[in-house]
Amino acid sequence: MANFNLKINGKIQEIDVDPTTPMLWVLRDHLKLVGTKYGCGIAQCGACTIHLGDDAVRSCQLPVSSVGEQEITTIEGLSENGDHPVQKAWLEVDVYQCGYCQAGQIMNASAFLKKTPNPTEAEIDTAMNGNICRCGTYTRIKKAIKTAAQTENI
Amino acid sequence: MTLVKSQIGRRAFIKNTSLAGGGLVLGFNFFNSCKPKVAEALAVEIEMPNEWFEINGYLKIGDNGVVTIMSPNPEIGQNVRTSMPMILADELEVDWKNVVVEQAALNTSLYSWQVAGGSRSISSSWQNLRMAGATARQMLKLAAAKIWQVPASEILAVAGVLSHEASGKTAGYGEMASEASQMVVPEEVELKNKSEFSIIGTSRKNVDGKNIVTGKPLFGIDVQREGMLIANLVHPPAFGMKLKSFDAEVVKKMPGIREVFSLKLYDEDFDRAAFHHTAFNEVVAVVGDSTWQVMQAKKALKVEWEKAGDTVVGMTLFGNEMKVNHPAGMENSDIHKTKLEELNSQKGKVARRDGNPELAFKNAAKIIESSYSCPFLAHNTMEPMNFFANVTEDHAELLGPTQTPEWMEPAVAERLGLPLEKIDIQMTRQGGGFGRRLYGHFMVEAAVISQKMKKPIKLVYSREDDMSQGMYRPSYFATYRAGLDKENNLIAFHVKAGGIPESPLFANRFPAGAIDNYLAEDFTVDSNITTGAFRAPRSNFIAGAEQSFLDEVAEEMGKDPIEFRLELFKRAAENPVGENNDYDAERYAGVLELVREKSNWKQSESGVYRGVSAYFCHQSYVAQVLDIVLENNKPVVQKVTAAIDCGIVVNPDAAANLSEGGIVDGIGHAMYSGLTFKDGTPEQKNFDRYRLIRHSEAPKSIETYFVQNDIDPTGMGEPPFPPIMGALANALYKATGQRHYHQPFISQKTIKG
Ligand code: FES
Ligand code: FES
Repeated sequence: MANFNLKINGKIQEIDVDPTTPMLWVLRDHLKLVGTKYGCGIAQCGACTIHLGDDAVRSCQLPVSSVGEQEITTIEGLSENGDHPVQKAWLEVDVYQCGYCQAGQIMNASAFLKKTPNPTEAEIDTAMNGNICRCGTYTRIKKAIKTAAQTENI
Repeated sequence: MTLVKSQIGRRAFIKNTSLAGGGLVLGFNFFNSCKPKVAEALAVEIEMPNEWFEINGYLKIGDNGVVTIMSPNPEIGQNVRTSMPMILADELEVDWKNVVVEQAALNTSLYSWQVAGGSRSISSSWQNLRMAGATARQMLKLAAAKIWQVPASEILAVAGVLSHEASGKTAGYGEMASEASQMVVPEEVELKNKSEFSIIGTSRKNVDGKNIVTGKPLFGIDVQREGMLIANLVHPPAFGMKLKSFDAEVVKKMPGIREVFSLKLYDEDFDRAAFHHTAFNEVVAVVGDSTWQVMQAKKALKVEWEKAGDTVVGMTLFGNEMKVNHPAGMENSDIHKTKLEELNSQKGKVARRDGNPELAFKNAAKIIESSYSCPFLAHNTMEPMNFFANVTEDHAELLGPTQTPEWMEPAVAERLGLPLEKIDIQMTRQGGGFGRRLYGHFMVEAAVISQKMKKPIKLVYSREDDMSQGMYRPSYFATYRAGLDKENNLIAFHVKAGGIPESPLFANRFPAGAIDNYLAEDFTVDSNITTGAFRAPRSNFIAGAEQSFLDEVAEEMGKDPIEFRLELFKRAAENPVGENNDYDAERYAGVLELVREKSNWKQSESGVYRGVSAYFCHQSYVAQVLDIVLENNKPVVQKVTAAIDCGIVVNPDAAANLSEGGIVDGIGHAMYSGLTFKDGTPEQKNFDRYRLIRHSEAPKSIETYFVQNDIDPTGMGEPPFPPIMGALANALYKATGQRHYHQPFISQKTIKG
């Protein structure tokens, strides 16, 4: 066990856990931030995607001990009122079926759009390919990403 | 207007009066219960009333006119939490903006078919939901009539407002809710004419949308409770093995670990229903404080396994007794293949015979024959199996993702030794179902662990656990033969289909009824690998096989594949062959005609390779055209056009979403997915080796068109899934010049490139 002070969604969170614990389980079990989802645990599905600084990362592969000072953003902290352009686009397109993969999709899409505000279709495919949606909402996700790309402040 | 007996209202009424000792207060007392409300969702941000009035077990009305509608069925992504309340809201005549949806707990005395299965949620509750809404609307009118002293028949109810023209009086539902809740439930109520629907048939957004995009705790795996422990299970590494012994000494000392013990799920004499079944009856539970600690302990646990003998499990499926053989041994996929081919070369069990197929084949000028196969599939819901349980001495609270709460309740009760009424099952939103959560053994496992620990626990399967002890889609095989006479007429048709452990055959479905000489046979191979329903069971293979074969026959006959099918439907409609044909040929033809028009079938562009397919299941008809283009010589699915006849479409955009999902799912599984076995162990245990379709492989666009009619709604979750596999195979043939017979198609060289 070891003590960590983590910057999560703009707040400092103190926790005492085994240093090998992946951020996924720190978030879900210890901080009750369950919006970040478990899907595979081996970096294959993208359900656990969070932001580390400006980068989208797989929290199932991120040991808590490696986070240090870096800021973490989870789906709960992406926007204050659920009105990030990507969230708004998701609502407009009514993307989800079961909804389980969508936090990961949204976190990946929002980090991607920040770096690539006007993506091509191929760029979207490449950026999003690591996020599985078992319900098959891929065409809607792509539509929502394009919708979000058209809004300012992305 | 249609007059119907208001059974729902009466049942709710009777139930409550008995509870309330004969009082006149209406409604079922679910809302008064102190159970935590699960996954409550607001359609939009709505101001809550100061007081609620229960009208019947399906709804309550607030003093400000806000209406809470109970959604009785499990939500697995099919969007019933939006579309079922829409049906009620339409009959109630309330503004959808003022509706709040709440998930109902299992309540067999109030709701029917609280199951997510058979694509039946909407169709089985269609009448009940309408009745519940219409009953409440009538009670509001009666309340206004009483207060205003005017005849109820002169009162109008529109969008949450009651009005009486002659007296000029108006009132919102909220103002009349208290009085309405005291009214005697009318014997008969009027349902709207279908032409008067104002919510049904309009697209409404998912009521959980905001909660989904902001990461709210909606799912079973998200459940948290003070003092809750986490449990994982260790199951045998292969089918055909069972637990011998384990050594928990070291593991018990690991940080955060509370207990390690083996549990036997069911006794030998347990009266098992098919939905109670489990691959491994005896497993080891590891219980601890947090998921990561439990996962580490699980890895460190020393377990010895031994070979299991032949077992025969007795179980019931919808009242029918069956015996399921699980032969001893560790099975292999290559042996499965040999066995299927061997049985396919022998005579099968005849399921249907029209005319004289043997003679017709003997006389045929030409015979076309092809065989098709598919592998086992794991359901792989994105949210793995899990359940929360809090079992005390005299009560069991169960909360989580299940498609069959009603069918699991007796198993939980019996296993815990508690009476049924002490079992309280509630449903969370579910991260996918696809049939996997029809089999609720994990709910019973969670209950047993909680009972033993005397603590609230959450059982969570890892992805590997989930994938390596599934209720898999069976592996199937089918051979089709068609006989043509000298004039190029289709005179004989033969299908022989089998599988491990069940056959995929539907002997009475198309093309039965359209061909004079028809023979359908089937066969099965026993296995100890557990299988179950997977989105559109059996259809999920046979549709693609049949529709690929018909494409081949049309080509041999030199006919356009849509024209060829339409001719067969014409025959089946005008002069059907045989009995019990399980489809309506005209509706079948209808979707083909619609897809032909919408896809511009006759004017296909150069460089676009198209395949068509049509299928009927779950009382709905679907036809699809799939377009492939070649990019760097590799086939890429450009577009899919779908035409669907599922009767009245409650929520068109949500139904289109299901159509898109079914299409992506079907392309994905036919093209990429498969579970293979080596010495009883699945060779794919996670998404590194088990391939699911990804963003870049999905069609670039999907268009869905619905046939407009007044038929009561039929299935929508499953029907779009099976036919697309045929459309894909047929388009691949056009693009590559090679027929694709064996799934996953990606294993065929032409596609791999
Ligand atoms: S859970 Fe992290 S990528 Fe799947
Ligand atoms: S919406 Fe269900 S997994 Fe993506």
